[in-house]
Amino acid sequence: MDENFNIEIISPEKKLFAEKGKSVTIPSFEGEMTILPDHISIITFLRPGVININENKKKYFVEEGTVEFAKNNLTILSSTIIDLDSLSKDVILSMLEASKKELNQENVDDKKRYIISHKIDCLSQISL
Amino acid sequence: MPSLDDLRKRISSVKSTQKITKAMKMVAAAKLRKAQEMAENGRPYSDKMNVIIQNLSKAINDPSNAPKLLIGSGDDKTHLCVVMTADRGLCGGFNTNIVKQAKNYFNKILKESKNLKIITVGTKGLDQLKREYGKYIVKKIDFKNKKQITFKDASLVGDEIVKLFQNNEFDKCIIFYNKFKNVMTQIPQSQQLIPAKKEDETKTEQESSYDFEPEEDEILEDLLPKNISTQIYKGFLENSASEQGSRMTAMDNATRNAGDLVEKLTINYNRSRQAAITKELIEIISGAESL
Repeated sequence: MDENFNIEIISPEKKLFAEKGKSVTIPSFEGEMTILPDHISIITFLRPGVININENKKKYFVEEGTVEFAKNNLTILSSTIIDLDSLSKDVILSMLEASKKELNQENVDDKKRYIISHKIDCLSQISL
Repeated sequence: MPSLDDLRKRISSVKSTQKITKAMKMVAAAKLRKAQEMAENGRPYSDKMNVIIQNLSKAINDPSNAPKLLIGSGDDKTHLCVVMTADRGLCGGFNTNIVKQAKNYFNKILKESKNLKIITVGTKGLDQLKREYGKYIVKKIDFKNKKQITFKDASLVGDEIVKLFQNNEFDKCIIFYNKFKNVMTQIPQSQQLIPAKKEDETKTEQESSYDFEPEEDEILEDLLPKNISTQIYKGFLENSASEQGSRMTAMDNATRNAGDLVEKLTINYNRSRQAAITKELIEIISGAESL
């Protein structure tokens, strides 16, 4: 059995990443999960967080997205995905600032609050 | 027979028109490459999105509880048509083809005495539709001062549509755009956005059962609005590639026609010049002979 599986990360503009890999950690909506070869077929969606491919080999920051895994093919669809290497500290801090402001607004429902607080957590972690 | 001076003027005017069409063709060709690339790069995303949604809708056991965006509002009274055209002309039959297809659909709807609502994207389509169907147009969108349409713009349109749907403003949503096949051919397309489920898909393949986290309907609720934006974005990309392709072929034809015209006019011009010379010679010779 092949120990690798296919990973594809696709944004509306283009295919960002298409390689074979051993493990991918994704910030799934209900908690982080790591996908290894021969994982059961799954569909889920993402909350803000970091996608970690092959244990820190490649990292992406996402705000939302959809994940499908079937027959050793992992597909991640996201319209807000940024390569962590290209993200400078200033940008992270300004994003952090913006989301903090958003959280303090009055008309934020629970689901949104949950998403934003995760975004803040994640951003402050990677800004360290 | 036009005078020599008239012919000369015509030739130079056709030549300068040819220069314009040639330049337009070059610009379109350059833009086409980029637009085509973008359209092709964008395809995997929307295709995958479609596959996931089809898989999800297969997994839903209880259709009565499924999100409305997937199964529709259960009614078929009001149709919302999103007609996507270009903001600029001089691109052959590009805009007319979409509008023609949309008009066919409109007439069908109206004949069945259903309600019709139209959203136009792009000014050229609006110009062609507003006289006949002006009272049905609920919203006009154009990206005239935008160089490149991004996913954000598409999601703005998508959110608008979802909002209208949630207010029960319509039951079915159809988008019209040109699919880019190759430079010579663009196919006008109509695609149903809401409900997302296709009725003719009856085959039940149970090849792989998925695990869902969280539940199916929660995922669907998150995914379906996104899908609408995605499909609209795809429409934009296909449309802009088609527009440039269509413009390129149209301008290529125009340049060639202008070339033919110049050739014909030049022959005409030379002939009448020669005729004038011959006439003068004859006059001189006959004058000399009579002496």
